[in-house]
Amino acid sequence: MDFVNTTIERTTVQLSKADFESDQMVKWCPGCGAHAILAAVERVFPKIGYRKENFCMISGIGCSSRFPYYVNTYGIHGIHGRAAAISTGVKIANPRLSVWMATGDGDSLAIGGNHFIHVIRRNVDINILLFNNQIYGLTKGQYSPTTPMGKVTKTSPQGTIEHPFNVGELVMGAQGTFYARVPDNNITMMTEAMFEAAKHDGTSIIEIMQNCIIFADKAHNDVIGKEHKDENMLLVKNGQPMTWGKNNEKGLILKDTMLEVVEIGINGVTADDILIHDAYNQDPGIHLMLAKLAPPHFPMVFGVIRSAMFPTYDDMVEEQIKYAKENSKIRNVDDLLNSGDVWDIK
Amino acid sequence: MPHTKRQIVEKESVVVKFVGDSGDGMQLSGSVFSDSAALAGNDLATFPDFPAEIRAPQNTVAGVSGFQVHMGSEKIFTTGDMVDVLVSMNPASLRANLKWAKKGATILVDTDAFDEKSIEKAGYKQNPLEDHSLEAYHMIKAPITAMTKESLKELGIDNKTAERSKNMFALGILYFIFNRDLKMAFNYFEERFKKNPKLVEINKVAIQAGYNYADTVEALESVIQVGAAKMPKGRYRNITGNTATAWGLLAASEKSGRPLFLGSYPITPATEILMELAKHKSLGAKVFQAEDEIAGICSSIGAAYTGSMACTTTSGPGLSLKSEAIGLAVMTELPLIIVDVQRGGPSTGLPTKSEQSDLMQALFGRNGDGPVIVIAASTADNCFNYAYMTAKLSMEHMTPAILLTDGYLGFGSALFRIPKMSEMPPINPPIAKANDKDYKPYKRDAETLVRQWALPGTDGLRHRIGGLEKENITGVVSMDPMNHQVMVDLRAAKVEKIADVIPDQEIDGNKKGDLLVVSWGGTYGAVHSAVKKAQSEGKSISHAHFHYISPLPKNTEKVLKGFKKILVCELNSGQFVNYLKMKFPLPNFHQFNKVQGLPFMINELNDKFNQILEEK
Ligand SMILES: Cc1ncc(C[n+]2csc(CCOP(=O)(O)OP(=O)(O)O)c2C)c(N)n1
Ligand code: SF4
Ligand SMILES: [Mg+2]
Repeated sequence: MDFVNTTIERTTVQLSKADFESDQMVKWCPGCGAHAILAAVERVFPKIGYRKENFCMISGIGCSSRFPYYVNTYGIHGIHGRAAAISTGVKIANPRLSVWMATGDGDSLAIGGNHFIHVIRRNVDINILLFNNQIYGLTKGQYSPTTPMGKVTKTSPQGTIEHPFNVGELVMGAQGTFYARVPDNNITMMTEAMFEAAKHDGTSIIEIMQNCIIFADKAHNDVIGKEHKDENMLLVKNGQPMTWGKNNEKGLILKDTMLEVVEIGINGVTADDILIHDAYNQDPGIHLMLAKLAPPHFPMVFGVIRSAMFPTYDDMVEEQIKYAKENSKIRNVDDLLNSGDVWDIK
Repeated sequence: MPHTKRQIVEKESVVVKFVGDSGDGMQLSGSVFSDSAALAGNDLATFPDFPAEIRAPQNTVAGVSGFQVHMGSEKIFTTGDMVDVLVSMNPASLRANLKWAKKGATILVDTDAFDEKSIEKAGYKQNPLEDHSLEAYHMIKAPITAMTKESLKELGIDNKTAERSKNMFALGILYFIFNRDLKMAFNYFEERFKKNPKLVEINKVAIQAGYNYADTVEALESVIQVGAAKMPKGRYRNITGNTATAWGLLAASEKSGRPLFLGSYPITPATEILMELAKHKSLGAKVFQAEDEIAGICSSIGAAYTGSMACTTTSGPGLSLKSEAIGLAVMTELPLIIVDVQRGGPSTGLPTKSEQSDLMQALFGRNGDGPVIVIAASTADNCFNYAYMTAKLSMEHMTPAILLTDGYLGFGSALFRIPKMSEMPPINPPIAKANDKDYKPYKRDAETLVRQWALPGTDGLRHRIGGLEKENITGVVSMDPMNHQVMVDLRAAKVEKIADVIPDQEIDGNKKGDLLVVSWGGTYGAVHSAVKKAQSEGKSISHAHFHYISPLPKNTEKVLKGFKKILVCELNSGQFVNYLKMKFPLPNFHQFNKVQGLPFMINELNDKFNQILEEK
């Protein structure tokens, strides 16, 4: 993999999937979307190019947060909602680690909502895999901040009366620099987004539309299911026109200030009219519009929607320390203790 | 010493308090004055007393700000109960502080500030300077504002700036009263206002004018002389408890070679530690101001995992928020230093006032059996040593440790004998070696029961830890009933074994007697002074002041058993006494408690001692 981050030590040996398999029995339900996410990670980590000892996997609490036990890296299975805060400490304390975080929609958007927006705002260089199954899996089926309005769950027998978060919108509202959305049923899309996240300096959010087969089965099926995906999924790639459909006949254009769906060949629309995706644009305007699109009038957008370059928090910490070390007269604690007003008693 | 024609009265110790409106510059006056006292060789302790509101209404009692200095030619243990010299810049400050003035105290007032409106705002019915209510005091009534303006006329500054210098004029009078050399104040101004020569000049002129005024008024028949204290040889500085805590942590980081990480969220009275550490990036300190207390401690746990000396600083409400995460640190057996600068509680309570009411929370405030180290500092300057020891024990024994100080210690200052880093005890964290084939996350040292610290990035030591119970030795997730029992017991035994390496509990006085007075934390000065007084009166009384609370020193039971009665004095409703009773169910415990946001007074302690001694 072509790599830019020089802080993290590269591996000198070829790594493989086996290097990251843990000896622990994977205990997710058979058919749970999390299995595919684990497979994607095991495919990506050996190819990133870092030493295997430099990976650190942090999580909170939830089915998704069991993840660290299943990959053979350094890691912490934390407490509910606090993975982003733990990861922040890991990365600031040791920027030579490649920090990954596994979390759920409840873990990161309910109890951990505060840490989630702040890690994004600070742009700490960590990669967050957000398993969005629109439900609390581990506690057996209560609604979450991403459960669609009206959905019947164990704590909403008459349907929820809450407006769900759109993860992409939240990320951009928090000044996120990287946001990708991927389905758990397409390992290629997952691995590509993970590589891009690894390359990105700053907080990377990968929202994975994950299926909880037990408590919210087929929650994403209307978009990512085999029979719906052609119609409802738009996979964006940087520098390429935003088209989808069975024959790539549909596209997005910008009309006035709004995105609009057009069909190539109809009403004089040509392939050249279609909007080109610019994931690296620093301005999040179009990225936000893309993140908010949803059926029935629009497709849902997948792939790396935003990947913008901004300074990272951890780099700036190092810079300030370097500057202070070069410019301060206080070089050790003896200097400090003897600085300012001191006097001798003989 | 400057010459004076006045009679000189020698005093062993004097308490001076500067009080005025929040904007009157009392903190600066106090700092300049105490600096000079220190340079003159006095031992001293200081305490700022400021309102909870940043901008309370002008000239009201709520807006009174103060700075107390206790200086002496003998060792100073407290910031002083009652005041010998009160400098009062407005009616509200006089009204709020008169109750602290000794009968016969010298009170310097700015008569210009006693206008009708201010008198009324202070809640006085009539002018206290004119109604004979102050006849028990030695009053120095000076038109300070007017004279300050007059003295600065030549400098061509605006009225407001001139008026603001009245604190320095008042300070000049104090320099005369205490026969101090103005040169010390001049040096202070030159250093402090280096970048603003005009300000240096204004302050110099104002303080000199005050000094000259005092020299001419007849109210001052004598001046007070407080001689140099006999203190151990060495280099000294004045230090607040919060700064000492921050520096103790920096020292432990340097000694251990483990980089300092602080994850913290501002809260009175702990914020100064965060601010102080933020200044010292040149020492490699990484200071992270988190979005809340939970993020503060959780980021620290992440940093601890990577091998940092990780700290989090807070006060009571913040400690509550950190409870769950402290449990995670207990479970993962990571070193973590938690500083709680206690304040009055519960809830928001009394943010700027001091209390010792977080002890039970520190000891037990977690779900599950979650033993941690608990240590309490007892003076502003020994916050340095106890912060250092908290960090040392936490890292060497791979366990979270809580250092308890309080607002009184944190804001207060004392003289600090500067140690040499080469003389500080070594700190050797148990760091796992690369490619150690036998490494297991919960494999322990047979003697200390301490697990090893395996740092991410190290070859051959990849492992996961977390909040779920783990199998002994292997660290694999385990819900096995007997394993849980083993792990709960091991975590407790590991902390208990630290008693092997901490010093024995000392007794001030005889090892046997009628009464043992027990105290802990920030009450040391007052309790010590009261015990000394009782001992000098021939009473059979001794003092045991605890710094190590969990675990307790090994000889604790023996110490307690030497006395007919035990009196535990603390600024809460009885937390330490109940902890001791739980550990040592002896029949002869008594308690003395106070929860008023105020320190113990020496007299009330002596009254209590006498009462307990007399009781059958
Ligand atoms: C402090 C705390 N509160 C509540 C819980 C119970 N709890 C565990 S996981 C969870 C929700 C998990 O949902 P999500 O983050 O979406 O993860 P999923 O299981 O769906 O992957 C809850 C409420 C807990 N462990 N800790
Ligand atoms: S409960 Fe749902 S989310 Fe949890 S493991 Fe089972 S299928 Fe997966
Ligand atoms: Mg979920």
